[in-house]
Amino acid sequence: MGLEDQAAVKRVAGEHGSDVVVLLGTPDAESTQTLAQTVVTGDPSYAGPLAGVPLGLPVFHVFEPEVRDQVPADVYEAQVALMEMSLDRDAILAGLREARGTAATP
Amino acid sequence: MELQGKKVIALGERDGVPGPALAECVRRAGGEVVLTLTACYV
Repeated sequence: MGLEDQAAVKRVAGEHGSDVVVLLGTPDAESTQTLAQTVVTGDPSYAGPLAGVPLGLPVFHVFEPEVRDQVPADVYEAQVALMEMSLDRDAILAGLREARGTAATP
Repeated sequence: MELQGKKVIALGERDGVPGPALAECVRRAGGEVVLTLTACYV
């Protein structure tokens, strides 16, 4: 995640406290793990404003069934379905599970 | 996780699902989008 984006996430998370969750639209397992780590345990590259800042935010991916099932079907179809078909959903969700396991988040 | 009533940071990516598409899903599921970003790695 870019430095400016990290700063924005840090600011917004600080403003809204524990009510905030993160929803990802990442295209592969590696980017999913990296972003999830960044918003849970801090910037893994130790380069940005979230370095050493464990926000501990709950993190989800839009491809997860529990997320998809809450979005009206026509909206999901229009906004997400095409990318879901063209990307490796299983690998992405495996990456997210791994990141959650590493961070021990719910 | 229930999106209804949640404050959500939508972290999209240009090669995946962009932030505005995530934000639309969140809003239509009853959540509140507090930040929308779309990363672009070239």
